[in-house]
Order: sequence, then structure tokens, then C-alpha cells
Amino acid sequence: MRVGEGVAAPSRVAITPAAVEVVERLRARHGAVVFHQSGGCCDGSSPMCFAEGDLILGPRDVVLGEVAGAAFCMTSAQYRLWEHTHLTVDVVPGRGAGFSLEAPDGIRFLIRSRLLTEDEAASPAAVPAG
Amino acid sequence: MTAYPRPTRGSGPSDFAERYDNFIGGKWVPPVTGEYFDDIAPLTGQPFTKIARSTEADVDLALDAAHDAFPTWSRTSATQRALMMNRIADRIEENLEALAIAECWENGKAVRECLAADLPLAVDHWRYFAGAIRAQEGSAGVIDEDMVAYHFHEPLGVVGQIIPWNFPILMATWKLAPALAAGNCVVLKPAEQTPWSILKVVELIADLLPDGVLNVVNGFGAEAGKPLASSDRVAKVAFTGETTTGRLIMQYASANIIPVTLELGGKSPNVFCADVMREDDAFLDKALEGFTMFALNQGEVCTCPSRALVHESVYDEFMERATKRTQAIVSGDPLDPATMIGAQASNDQLEKIMSYLDIGREEGATVRTGGGRRTVASDDGAYDGGYYVEPTIFEGSNDMRVFQEEIFGPVVSVTRFSDTDDALRIANDTLYGLGAGVWSRDGNTAYRLGRGIQAGRVWTNNYHAYPAGAAFGGYKASGIGRENHKMMLDHYQQTKNLLVSYSPDRLGFF
Repeated sequence: MRVGEGVAAPSRVAITPAAVEVVERLRARHGAVVFHQSGGCCDGSSPMCFAEGDLILGPRDVVLGEVAGAAFCMTSAQYRLWEHTHLTVDVVPGRGAGFSLEAPDGIRFLIRSRLLTEDEAASPAAVPAG
Repeated sequence: MTAYPRPTRGSGPSDFAERYDNFIGGKWVPPVTGEYFDDIAPLTGQPFTKIARSTEADVDLALDAAHDAFPTWSRTSATQRALMMNRIADRIEENLEALAIAECWENGKAVRECLAADLPLAVDHWRYFAGAIRAQEGSAGVIDEDMVAYHFHEPLGVVGQIIPWNFPILMATWKLAPALAAGNCVVLKPAEQTPWSILKVVELIADLLPDGVLNVVNGFGAEAGKPLASSDRVAKVAFTGETTTGRLIMQYASANIIPVTLELGGKSPNVFCADVMREDDAFLDKALEGFTMFALNQGEVCTCPSRALVHESVYDEFMERATKRTQAIVSGDPLDPATMIGAQASNDQLEKIMSYLDIGREEGATVRTGGGRRTVASDDGAYDGGYYVEPTIFEGSNDMRVFQEEIFGPVVSVTRFSDTDDALRIANDTLYGLGAGVWSRDGNTAYRLGRGIQAGRVWTNNYHAYPAGAAFGGYKASGIGRENHKMMLDHYQQTKNLLVSYSPDRLGFF
């Protein structure tokens, strides 16, 4: 659901206004960007933001939706564990991680989760990325 | 004993300078763009020094220096390299307390852990690999009367290493010791959260290695890590961190056709069998400590025992005692050796943990103790802005997200199991396979569980021990390769076969 739109169809991913600003700034700097939800050690469990095309996405990845014009993806194995929750991309001051593009600006994307509402659960499931 | 004094700006052994450059070719070299970034102290949430913000240009300078040094370094004997490594170990050991204080300040962990674990393990690691490379031999196979196959271990060349922030000095050591022992030159990119404590080590040991053998390039992953990992001038990349970056690194390596080793984290199960409760003795006390190990390093460990599986017949009794043990964890000034738990490493880590505490509750997990932030008092209020979390116990089921994902905080999720098969089913129901713990008084039970759990390290009747000589690494999505063991030398070497004919006569083909 894009910020500034009217009531849109229920979806599985959303984004806060603060995070939208960051995505737009990164897009101006790097071109089209995508999110891939990481897992594992240290900086995992938070979404990574890369230039489109940098991380090769394929049939083992799924796209949950779009936030601020950027596709939001994760591996299908991880999606099986996340699919009952709604994800909102937010941003906080931080020291960032891996090769995520926002880190040098002293901020870090993170996910706020809650259970899906009935409407949201009925919305289209994630689709394969490749 | 009272708390150690906080590091300040100065020239003391734990003090910090105004800024730090890169270490390239044996010299401290400013970043090409002249830009620096703030290094933030987790105890206070305030910046304390500035670190070089490197880009591809700095990575290239480091690769130049490493390639210049390699021809000579690769020809030094194992004896000479081992001697240097033993001296490095001694130098770190001589400065152990000062480095422990520095690491506590930069990472946030309790100084008690730096003193008891991080630094002594690092010292020992250098010594282990010094010994391992001395003892390594090639081989000779007699093929027939006239032909002999000689096998030599040769270094790969210049390798790139990208390390995490959770055990800054130890993670650097786990990567550097085998790589240098094997005769490679290294370009190391420390984590942007924790470059300083490693630079303190480099300042101390710089004179012990030839120029260009060890190079340290500081900066952000996207700006300095990526050019290093994707360079066609490295013969191998080693990475510890999370899965998406690990995947990118494998991808870049495929373009360059080079090997990688990766350690990508886990969601390690800690299994407590019913017989643990049979006696109220030292072993039960040890098992309760083993449960509480989820709080070691504030939970910021890839092998954090963040899932506890307790046999249903002893669940209530065990959990009553485990909860008390958790509540007895001593909070306080992390620079006080009596304090058991420190600050999380950064604000974003703190926020991520908080978001997991939220989703855990939403999914229906119950909070047995903890569940929020904690405060640490200080005379001047300096710690009011630090990143402190209460040790937390969640109770729920293995399909909940707090049971499946690395929260990377002092949070454990506990569930019941009915028998060995059930324990194995739950333990293995995870994308990861790095660590696990098995607690039982019965050797057969412990063995069957240990062999059945799909993880590279199964601690049996202990947890969180990382001695050199015990291979460490992941199954499944937790990574590729094994550290802390001489087998790691294989990951940093290639085999040269000299196939030698002693026959003077032609074969008869042409």
C-alpha cells in the first residue's frame, strides 16, 4: 500500500512514511532498488535494500508485494514461516549491515510484524520471483 | 573489584584517538575520499571516535599492497610464519586487559566475558594455528617404479575477509590465523559497528608481520565490503554474517570462480532430557547455567541457544528453576567485572529485538520473565542512552516466528517435547543448522540425539565452548566450511601436484 493513496486493497507488506523517504532517496542515488528479507546471524531478520539486479532473484525467491515502488522479496522457504504475519518496513537510527544501501546514512531498515487480518490473509499470496 | 574506568580520548592502552585510518602496506593510510564515520559506544549510545570510510579505491590500494607482499610471504617457511603467530599471541596476551576494556566499550558486552572468553580464546587461536601449520605435511605417492606424485600445500594468494561485530577481536582472529598460517595475504574488512577494537590489536602487532601481509580496510558493507567481495583480485572470500549477504558473496564469487566459506547463523536448540532433573546436584546446576547461556554476549551469538526444548515430564520444575536462574543474571555497568550482561551492539539491534518481543506476544507466546528494555544506572547518567534489554523467556510452539528466527538478543523461546523422536523433529524443524545443545546423564541418549540433530556443532553436556581444535560450522542455511580446526587450512590452500618421471625413455606415442 503506497503512502498517500486512498484505502487500497489489503496486502501483506506496508511501509512507514519515514521509510518511504529513505527508499526515494536511495532510488535517486542508485536507481531502482529492491528489498530482500534476510535471515540468520548478526544483521539478519531485517530487510536488505539493494540495487535492482544486484542480487540475482530466482524461482526459490518470492515477491510479497511492493513498497514505495520497490519489490519486497524473501526466499520461499522463509516465506513459509512468515506468511501468517503482516510486515511493515520501518527505519531507525542504526549502524547497519551487510551490503544494505541505507547503512552509510546512519539508519537501518527493520520489519515490524503483526498477525494478518482476515482480509489481508485472503489477499494474494506471494509469487515466485523468477 | 570496582568497574574499570571508561576509555577516554588519549594515548592510554584502552584510550581512543580522534580518528583512525586504514592499515595498508604496514602504514596507516587515510581514506582516499577523506571521509570518516562515527563509531558509537553501545553503553552510552554516543559516538566516541571516527573511522575511515573507505570505498573501492581504498580496497584497491590494499589489494595492491597484499599482492606486492605475496611473492615473498608465500615463500616464508611454516617455521617463520608460526614464529610470528606465536609472537602475535604473546603480544595480545601481554595487553589482554587493555584490549578487553576496549572491546567492551565498542561492542557493549560485559568486560567479564572479554576477560574470560574473547581475548584468551583469541590468544590461543593464534597458537593453535601456529602449531597446526608447523605440523602440516604434504605427501608423496609412488605411482610406479619410474613415477612419483608429490603433493604440496600452497597458499591461495590474496584473500578477502569480512567479519561481524559480535566478537570483534575473536572473529578477526578466527579468519586471520588460518589464512596467514597458510601463507596468504589478507585484506580484512571489519564490521562498521566494531572496527576500533581490531585496530587497537593491529596497532600492537603491526611490527610483527611484514608490510602488506595484513591489511585492514574500514567502511560500510555497501561501499567497502562489496568491492572487496566482488574483486577479481582475491582468490577467496570468507564471510560471517547473515544469509542474504552470504548469498551475494557466493554470487560474486561465482562470477570470479573462487571458493567461499560462509558462516550465516542459526536458531540453535538446547535440549534438556528428563534425566537432567533426576538429582539436585552439580550437573543440574550446570544444566541450568546451560539454559541461561541464551544471555551470553547479550544473545548476540550465531549459536545462541535461543530455543530450549524441555522434556514434558520435568517441564514445570525445570522451568521454575531456569526462570529463577535467568532472573539472577546480574545487570550493571558492563565495565564492572561483576556484571554478567552488557548492552546490545547498536540501536538497530535493540529495535529489532523489541519488534520480536512484539510479534512473539502477538503470536500468542507468553512471557515468563523480562520482555522489555532495562536501564543501567550510572552516577553521571551516561548509560541512560545505552542499548539494554531484559533477559526474556518466551513460552510457545516451534512454528512461531520467535522460534524460527534469529532475534539476536537475550531472548529464549521454550517448548516441550515428549520423546527423542519428538525432540529431533522439533530441533531439526528450522532453516538453520549451526549449533545445538544436548543435556542428558545417559550417554546413549546424548549420542543418538547428537548424531540426529542436523547441526555442525552439538554441545553435549555443555554450551558455548569454542576451543581451537573443535571444528565449527553450519549445516543447511547456516553456511559452508569449518573454522577453529586444522581442516580450515584446506580452505585457504590449494594442492600442487608435481608428477615426476624418473624414466629416461620415451613412451612411444610420438
